[in-house]
Amino acid sequence: MNSYRHSVVLDVEKCTGCTSCVRRCPTEAIRVINGHAEINSDRCIDCGECIRVCQHNAKKAMCSKLEHYMHYKWKIALPAPSLFGQFNGLEDVDEVLQGLLDIGFDEVFEVAKAAELVSAYTRTYLKTEGIKKPVISSACPVISRLISLRFPYLKDNILPILPPMEIAAIEAKAKAKKEHPELSEKDIAVFFISPCAAKVSYIRNGFGDYKSHVDVVVALNEIYFQLIGAMKRKHTPTITSEAGMIGIGWASSGGESTAILNDSYLFADGIGNCMQVLESIENGNIPQLEFVELDACIGGCVGGVMTIENPFIAKTRLQAVRRYMPVSRNFVASDAGSVPADYFSNSLPAYTPISRLSDNIVESMRMMAQIQSLRETLPGIDCGACGSPTCRAYAEDVVRGVAGEDRRCVVLDRKKQIEKETQT
Amino acid sequence: MGEYLNFHYDVDGENFVSAGQASVELKKTLRRLGLPPETIRRLSIAMYEGEINMVIHAGGGEADVDIYEDKIVIVLKDHGPGIADIALAMQEGYSTATEGVRSLGFGAGMGLPNMKRYTDEMQIDSTVGEGTTVTMTVYLS
Repeated sequence: MNSYRHSVVLDVEKCTGCTSCVRRCPTEAIRVINGHAEINSDRCIDCGECIRVCQHNAKKAMCSKLEHYMHYKWKIALPAPSLFGQFNGLEDVDEVLQGLLDIGFDEVFEVAKAAELVSAYTRTYLKTEGIKKPVISSACPVISRLISLRFPYLKDNILPILPPMEIAAIEAKAKAKKEHPELSEKDIAVFFISPCAAKVSYIRNGFGDYKSHVDVVVALNEIYFQLIGAMKRKHTPTITSEAGMIGIGWASSGGESTAILNDSYLFADGIGNCMQVLESIENGNIPQLEFVELDACIGGCVGGVMTIENPFIAKTRLQAVRRYMPVSRNFVASDAGSVPADYFSNSLPAYTPISRLSDNIVESMRMMAQIQSLRETLPGIDCGACGSPTCRAYAEDVVRGVAGEDRRCVVLDRKKQIEKETQT
Repeated sequence: MGEYLNFHYDVDGENFVSAGQASVELKKTLRRLGLPPETIRRLSIAMYEGEINMVIHAGGGEADVDIYEDKIVIVLKDHGPGIADIALAMQEGYSTATEGVRSLGFGAGMGLPNMKRYTDEMQIDSTVGEGTTVTMTVYLS
């Protein structure tokens, strides 16, 4: 049933079973069982909160090592816009692009360039009659996955355009084939430099029926040190950025929404805030809006778990980098009509009622009654010592039969012990 | 058939900011029961509107949600001013909300009409000066 490969993995050796991640996880996907954390992959949305909160570095995102893939004849780097916010005193994006060439890539295709195309297509798409509003951005895979798992009613609100990373991969490959006809399909590999775990999962698993066009995904924080070394050898870049303010702006929260050039938008960042906004849209208690941008990470993509710099510092640096850039360098003709078929995708993972206790309502009601009565006996302090995030979740685990004798409530046990001692 | 689960929510009339909390809680409960997404949406909208009404007009109140095998019944009870003309109150766009409340984006006169629209049955019992009880039912097919 479960063939989804998450990128968030646990190093059992390092995990102390401290339960920090258990309580932080927004979908209650983690339990501590037999002294270490276990992730329920049906519930996990790859947001990376557990990686962020783990003090023992036991959680990490699985990425590919660049050196294992250097055998490809034509390697194309796809830097995420957030990469440009990681360097102190960076004046020109071109220096980073040149650095990528210097560490061994044959070509660079900026995701920021593709982002500008997505912005242009979004503006066209918003004028389409009969579409569900507000249109919700498709760029953050955490949000798209969250919607398909928990807010199925909103699935038709998701922008049916591929995220910039995918459009960059498609365009980069087409460009390489055209400019280098001697290369075969197998010779070309597209490398996405990812700021977050969710994009890694998206690339590895595809999304619904859609298969990613990215071949290799490398972590931003891994390539960073190699890159910074290469960038120290200052020389005049032979490469020029093909993106403008809009494309680079996608790196931080609000960048995508302001690019719709229309004031009827909302943007929110941080997984908790995004969930609240989705609840409000679902309940219809939000003003009429054209567009909603939701970024699971605080600050947007610059807040991804695989970045180096604090998201607010990165954002400030990007302001300086963007200052002398044209607004946008990528346009689509205003009469282009609809979105090209290649860039269109409305495929989403299937809705699975993950919270459901049973597929039979009578059985669900019976279980819920048991959970309610068990919950009344529990201390309600949500300490996490039993391995569940809350007392309610623990009661549910017990009734579901997944928490046995190995996961007891220490507070309840202590209370019983004291009662026994005072009796004798 | 007679077996049901009861969920009780106190709707705090003093705290405007927390209005809508009971609706969020109810939604979580309904998801655990495994109801179809559309039914969950209808019930949580009805609950939300009812909750907001109690906060705006009645200084709060209480909500009881009874879950049966084949239906869900929401009873909202308040001790507010009561509704003098129920037919008028049911008209879309009619609202007695204050200017202050409207400035917050509420009081559009859609609360009761939406509650009726999203449920299968709705009954309003109200006595001026004593309070209002709204009973809404959604049948599970």
